[in-house]
Amino acid sequence: MRPLTFRRLLWTCGGLAVLLLACVVLALKLGAVPISVTDLVLDLGRIAIGRANELPTEYRLIVFDLRLPRILLGILVGAALSVSGASFQALLRNPLADPYVLGVSSGAALGSILALIIAPGFALVTPLGAFLGAIATIAGVYFLGRREGQLDSTTLLLGGIICASFFSAIIMFLLTTLSGRDLRGMVFWLMGDLSTPVSAGMQWIFTVGLIAGIGAIYSTSADLNLLLTGEREAIHLGVDVTRVKLVVYVSASLLTALAVSASGAIGYVGLLVPHAVRLIFGSDYRLLIPASALCGAIAIVLADTLARTIVPPTELPVGAMTAMAGAPVFIYLLRRGLR
Amino acid sequence: MSAHDTFAQTAGGREDRPHREQAVRLNVEQASYAYSPSELSAPTFTLGATSFQAREREIVAILGPNASGKSTLLRLITGTIEPLSGRVELDGEETSRLDVRTRAQRIAVVHQESPIVYPALAGDFVLQGRFPYGRALRFANPEDIEIARNALAQVGAEHLSKRTIGELSGGEKQRVILARALAQQPRLILLDEPTLHLDIGAQVELLERLRQLAQENRYTVVVVTHELGLAAEFADQVVLLQHGRCLRVGPPAAVYQKELLEQVFDAPLDVELGPAGRPRVNLRARRGEDIT
Repeated sequence: MRPLTFRRLLWTCGGLAVLLLACVVLALKLGAVPISVTDLVLDLGRIAIGRANELPTEYRLIVFDLRLPRILLGILVGAALSVSGASFQALLRNPLADPYVLGVSSGAALGSILALIIAPGFALVTPLGAFLGAIATIAGVYFLGRREGQLDSTTLLLGGIICASFFSAIIMFLLTTLSGRDLRGMVFWLMGDLSTPVSAGMQWIFTVGLIAGIGAIYSTSADLNLLLTGEREAIHLGVDVTRVKLVVYVSASLLTALAVSASGAIGYVGLLVPHAVRLIFGSDYRLLIPASALCGAIAIVLADTLARTIVPPTELPVGAMTAMAGAPVFIYLLRRGLR
Repeated sequence: MSAHDTFAQTAGGREDRPHREQAVRLNVEQASYAYSPSELSAPTFTLGATSFQAREREIVAILGPNASGKSTLLRLITGTIEPLSGRVELDGEETSRLDVRTRAQRIAVVHQESPIVYPALAGDFVLQGRFPYGRALRFANPEDIEIARNALAQVGAEHLSKRTIGELSGGEKQRVILARALAQQPRLILLDEPTLHLDIGAQVELLERLRQLAQENRYTVVVVTHELGLAAEFADQVVLLQHGRCLRVGPPAAVYQKELLEQVFDAPLDVELGPAGRPRVNLRARRGEDIT
């Protein structure tokens, strides 16, 4: 028996946080304008002691006005998507569940675009529309996936994928009929992209939403462990299944909506990251949730750095990177599950 | 297992006659239920009024063919559904009125095995039985680990604690699931067709173990089964169901009547009385249908 202890939880998360920090430094360094690590560390030190004004302007612009906000956004998005993926996997008892595969991301994207059309110029409208879109989609996919009162894994995934392509078609329709918009930018956004800057106010909303969402899911992590062994069993072991499901569905939808309204539909992160974390640290949700959040942040920061630097000076959408890595793994997991 | 200190019983000096003077633990009184697709339409299945009582250390078998209402009765006892009429009480409290946590501290349910999505160590699986006692994130404390270890030992499965559930045989898996139920330290253990995927040796072993555990830990055990032979051999009481009606309640010798069982199970049977006063049931081939 090797039950999870608080100590092991702290050590693991601490280690991953250090790793994330290292990735952030690496991501700050790499790019069209190379910057040496020593300079970077020294400058970070200068900022820490409040002497940021001594830095050269052009350089400060690149590192702290262009690269750093993008990295921070990547951290938020990666953590949100990974945690919502891990949560959907427990709720639906399906190791292949992921906000992108289930169509929740596309639902959120459609919701935010519709909201922009209906009420433009209102700051909160995008995340709110995304949230409504996400929650409507997961409810719809859930009912599509039910057969004779049982949740059928294959039907569920198929339902999600169909919803995703249906929503993408509607989004395409809306975008082409709406003239005067930057179509290429929108297509990038649909693929999942971190290059669109986010206003300071929105950054606060994202941060608060992320902490609230992950916190709510984390408070049910012991229940999720039992839910994985089956709903009936969970009830008989004392889990308030209705409450837990409600909390986690709403929170996971919120996290997906935040990620989508910040960066579009970045796919497969919610699938890849929790799987990797499970392989390394086991499938106890009390560790899986925070470890997935940190590893998801690492994954997105690295993927986005790669997307920025792989074909300079052009930048790829980060969603293209994650899809290239994620789709083959999805097929592999699907085949393995079928055996 | 402090909550089930076997010495508590000896203090009363009644350990030699456990069935006679003890209070009723489980009281099912005229309980009925009806499933309807919606509130207005006629019920698709009904379980008629059913009554029986069980004391601690007793094993009750709920016996019947498929679609006889066994699972419905089981759900009524677990309190996940509320009886349409009548009542189901555990130590005087209605099981459907208990909150999930309290219920899980008093009633453990062993289901037919359900698929495991992610690999888990058998030991961690048994620790899940401590869930209703923990708070917040439920990091296991030394006492929980000790209880889980004891539970595994009681089913003779200590050596399995570091194996993953997926690699266990049917009998081993069943023992680990039973150990999780023991770790809940319940008063009542319910088992739903526990012998379904077991070979005959493992079936007998499981039921002997249940009888022994019921004695030692003062559990009341309710087993849902369609295995006539095993119920006759191990149950103190049998509740016989057919088409949602409770036909008989009583000790096996009283319930096992040839004509009754033949009619309920729709098969030609021979019933004889064994040496310990327990009936034996044999399947009899229909005359003229022997394969020559």
